[in-house]
This record gives sequence, C-alpha cells and structure tokens, in this order.
Amino acid sequence: MSLIEARDLRRTFTLRRKVGRFRRQRHEVVAVEDVSFAIEAGETVGYVGPNGAGKSTTIKMLTGILVPTGGFVRVCGLEPAARRRELAGRIGVVFGQRSQLWWDLPLLESFDLLRDIFRVPRAAHADRLDECVELLEMGPFLHTPVRQLSLGQRMRGEVTAALLHGPRLLVLDEPTIGLDLESKVRLRRFLARLNAERGTTLLLTTHDLDDIETLCRRLVVIDHGRVLADGPLAGLRAEVARERTLVVDLERPVPPLELPGARVAHVENDGSRQHLVFDRERLTAAALITAVAERAPVHDVSVLEPEIADVIRRLYELRESRALPVVDR
Amino acid sequence: MRADPWGLINRAHCYPRLVLAGFRRYSAYRAAMLAGLSTNVVFGLMRVGLLLAVIGERPRVAGYDAAAAVTYVWLGQGMIATVSMWSGFHVAERVRSGDIAIDLGRPWDFQLAELAGDLGRFGYHLVTRMVPPVAFGVLFFPFRWPQRLSTWGWFAVSLLLAVMVSFGIRYLLNLSAFWLVESRGLISIYGVASGLLAGLVIPLHFFPEGIRTILWWTPFPALMQDSLDVFVERGSPLPAVGHQLLWAVLLLLAGRLVQRSAERKLVVQGG
Ligand SMILES: Nc1ncnc2c1ncn2[C@@H]1O[C@H](COP(=O)(O)OP(=O)(O)OP(=O)(O)O)[C@@H](O)[C@H]1O
Ligand SMILES: [Mg+2]
Repeated sequence: MSLIEARDLRRTFTLRRKVGRFRRQRHEVVAVEDVSFAIEAGETVGYVGPNGAGKSTTIKMLTGILVPTGGFVRVCGLEPAARRRELAGRIGVVFGQRSQLWWDLPLLESFDLLRDIFRVPRAAHADRLDECVELLEMGPFLHTPVRQLSLGQRMRGEVTAALLHGPRLLVLDEPTIGLDLESKVRLRRFLARLNAERGTTLLLTTHDLDDIETLCRRLVVIDHGRVLADGPLAGLRAEVARERTLVVDLERPVPPLELPGARVAHVENDGSRQHLVFDRERLTAAALITAVAERAPVHDVSVLEPEIADVIRRLYELRESRALPVVDR
Repeated sequence: MRADPWGLINRAHCYPRLVLAGFRRYSAYRAAMLAGLSTNVVFGLMRVGLLLAVIGERPRVAGYDAAAAVTYVWLGQGMIATVSMWSGFHVAERVRSGDIAIDLGRPWDFQLAELAGDLGRFGYHLVTRMVPPVAFGVLFFPFRWPQRLSTWGWFAVSLLLAVMVSFGIRYLLNLSAFWLVESRGLISIYGVASGLLAGLVIPLHFFPEGIRTILWWTPFPALMQDSLDVFVERGSPLPAVGHQLLWAVLLLLAGRLVQRSAERKLVVQGG
C-alpha cells in the first residue's frame, strides 16, 4: 500500500465578494483542480510549482487540515481530515511559515511537552532528541526561549519537533524559506540522512531548486492545480529538456562556430571557449565534438545537464503550447 | 479508541505538564508582572478611598461595613489578574494568523489543553498578583478575615470556579474570531462590561434589586462577586458556589460545541 495516495484531488474555496453597496456575489476559486499521485515508503519527493499553484492546499489536504472538495486521499491508510488526530501521531509536518513550538518557553520544554502530547516513551524520545540535537547542532540554544531564536535556529527546532514521535513520513511546506545558505545546507544534509538511515519518506514543497537537486529523487510539478509532470528527476530532465550544452575549449580563439544542429549560446575568451546548445535527439555529443574538431583544434570539452529551473521552465512552455507531457514512472 | 471517546484517559498525562508550562510561560515576563501589580495596588488605594467615603459615618451600606468594604476592594484587586478578566486572548490571535490549524491538529483535547495552561497561569498569578495586594490591604487597613474555618475551603473552590467561568467566556470570545472579523472589538466590549457587571467597580449589592436579579441570570457575578461574597461570609456560600458551578459547566460545554463547529469551518471552508 502506498504511504500517500491521492486521486483526482480537488479543492475549491468559495469567496464572497462585495458588488455594489449591499449585494455580495459568491465567487469560486479553484485552488487544486485535479491532482493524482502516489508516494511509496522511502521516497523523497519534491512538490514544486509557481506561487498559487496549489501546493500548500494539497499539503493541507494530505495532513487533514482541509477536507477535499472532491477526489480520494489516503495517508498511512487513513482518511486525513476524518482521522486527523490519529494521523498526527503517524506523520510529521513542518510549515515553514508557522510554528509548533511554545513561544515563551525554552526550546527544550517544547520538546518535553510534545513527548507527553504524543505519548512517546521516554527512552525513544531521548534517543531521537539526542540525535537531532547533535546533528542539527542545537546544544547551544536548547535552553533559550523560542521567541529569542533566529529563524535558522527555530527551523531546526521545528524539524526536530516534527520528528520526536518517530513518524515514517515527514511533510514539509517550504522548510528552507528565509534561511541563509549555510542553514539550508545543514538542513538538507540532515533530511537526506534521515531518509537514508531511517527510511523516513520525505515530501516537500520549495521554491529553492537546490533543495530538490540535493534532496529529491522524484519531482512532482503542479501549476494551476494540475500535475504537469511527475517522475524521477533524471528521467524528467532527459524527457523534457532535450537540449544539452556542449562547452568546448579551443586551442585558439575562433569566430562563433556555425554548425548544423547546434547554435552558439555564449562565447568566452574572445572565442576560445564556446557554449553550443544542441538537441540530444537529433545530434549526439560525439558527432558535435567531431564537427567542432574539423573547424578548430579542441583542447577540452564538457556537457552541461540542464538545470532544474530550465526543466521546469520548459514544462511551463510546453503547457502553454498544449503539448503537455506527463512522464509516467 | 471507542472506550475512550474523549481521549482523556489515553492521553491524560500531558495536561499536568501543560499546567506547569502555563505557569512557566507567565513567569517569563517579570517586568509585566511588576507593572500590573503596582497598577492593581494604586487603583486599590483609590477604590478604598472612594468606598470608605461612600460608607462614611454609617455603620454599613448594602451590608458592607468598613472592614468588609476594604476586604472587598483588596481581594477584588487581587482577583483581576488571577481570574484573568482582561487578558488571555492569544487563541483569537492564532485564529487570525492561521496557527490554530496546528493547535487543532494535535492529538490532544484542545479545550482541555488551553484550560490546563490557564490553570498554570492562575497558579502563577495567585502567588504574584493576588497575595501582594491582599497583604497590602491586611497591613494598612482594617481587614475582615473569614470567621469560620470552612469558609477557606469554600473560597478556594469558588476562586477555582471563577477561573473556569472566566476561561469559559474567554474561550468562546477567542473562538468567535473564526466568524467575526472584528472579534477584537467584542473582546474590548467584554473588558469594559465585565468590570462593571462582575462587581469589580462597585459591589453588585449596591445595584437596585431588579438589576441584581437580571445579573444573576448571567455569568458575570460568577467571575468575582460570588467569590467575594463567599470570602466575607455574606449568607450561605452555597448559592454563590452553585451559581458559579452552573455557569462553569454551561460555558465549558458551549465551548466544546463551538469548537466543533469552528473545526468544521476550518476544515470545510478553509478558515
Ligand atoms: N483559505 C483560502 N481561501 C481562499 N482562497 C485560498 C485559500 N487558500 C488558498 N487559496 C487560493 O488557492 C490558490 C492556491 O493556493 P496555495 O496556497 O495552495 O498555493 P501555493 O502553491 O502553496 O503557493 P505559494 O508558492 O505561494 O505558497 C491560490 O490562488 C490561493 O489564493
Ligand atoms: Mg504555499
């Protein structure tokens, strides 16, 4: 059984808008139009899409904070909204913009409270807490009131708070928002280790594609409440962004190379380094290198994989042109 | 699961710690405590002066002699924070910010969790905000101690019930933020009205008979006047404590019902 299963998930909000002096018109916002996916135990899934795409709304439905308007959803075999409290004992949730810690109390006391609320045995609690404190380097501020913590310190506390009851699934909505580079790296390393060693399943939304790159083996892209693409990161790259960039270092500067099936995107060092963009389906890198070598002596070559940002941008372009690809796994 | 539909037995043991946490949360703000305490004492002095002037040369007014009036004032000043007449509206703030979704999603009974926190707060305020003004009154004015030993027990129960009633009202006002954009206005109105109707500003016994009867049908006297009457042994403690018990139960039950529809609104309408 999948850890998370969503089928034809839909969520609308009814807003009442004032029209004229007294009349109010009902007005429907579709936050999630039609979302289906299944996530198995042990996966690491990035859930991405532009602002207002419906990511947080989906997460809220998965964690039982919102009832779906339509469709089917099960998390850990439970219907989230109907069995929210039970589900809370089995999953961990981190909302980057909210806090589940007690503002006026030292961080450690929040952890103690959570132990009692989730009825975690003392020994298991102590083990998990010790591990988190060590890996997230929380020792220096365990006794500091939460309101005095920096955002990065608090976020480490939030993630710990979500893990103390030993959930198999951790859902994170923008966990790295507002963090500096070092804090992000530390958090990613921690989450990657959690997945590798504990087998904890990760589902996270983010606007920082480095989070995806370092953490997620699978990507689900949504826009306007629909799944645009879903598949392994590597596969998506190959499927969607067929263009590759060949960077050639030449023995001496030459004018921008004009070669069939490739265009020059960028020239450095007066022409001794050139970036050639080509379609992987039409031309192999080997053939292109041969063609370059015929024009000028080649010193060194490398092929650049497209960045995730490019993959996602390409997905949006394809949607605009209605050639909507959904990569099946 | 079925045998414990309220989840109380199963998770009973997080609530004692929540009481402790409530105590600790408030003790973090010592400067605010001292500022509040000195305000209580200053206003106490003004109120004692006024009330003693009203009583003047007469042996008693509406059943109050000078000692009973002094006791009424200082005990009342001590009860303002202890019963939490004017604060304890953080839940409304969490409703506005959306953080309430986290509170309601935890595997606990949220109302009970909040009540536990409020009892912790009560404990802290009992020591820091109730004892000092009363001690001040005892030291510098003719104070009326209870004549019967049993009164102390009744007063303890009555004070605890006053806190429950206050909590019950505040819980409903807090949850009103789910429906009212202007719950803050409602809370301010309550702050003004409760002082007068609970018997803080002047003893309710100074009011005409008709108004007193109407007030008896509201929870306001249960916030203060009932407890004050028990302490100065104004008749039997039973009607006062019964009145408080009735309102505590009614308000806590109403809180559960309203919470249920608030949760439904959150989950179905999206807050
Ligand atoms: N409670 C609500 N009431 C009305 N509209 C809502 C509500 N919650 C979300 N929406 C709307 O639903 C849409 C999707 O919102 P959602 O928060 O899921 O987006 P998101 O993908 O998380 O975006 P972001 O990247 O900005 O966090 C938006 O148009 C938003 O305005
Ligand atoms: Mg969001």
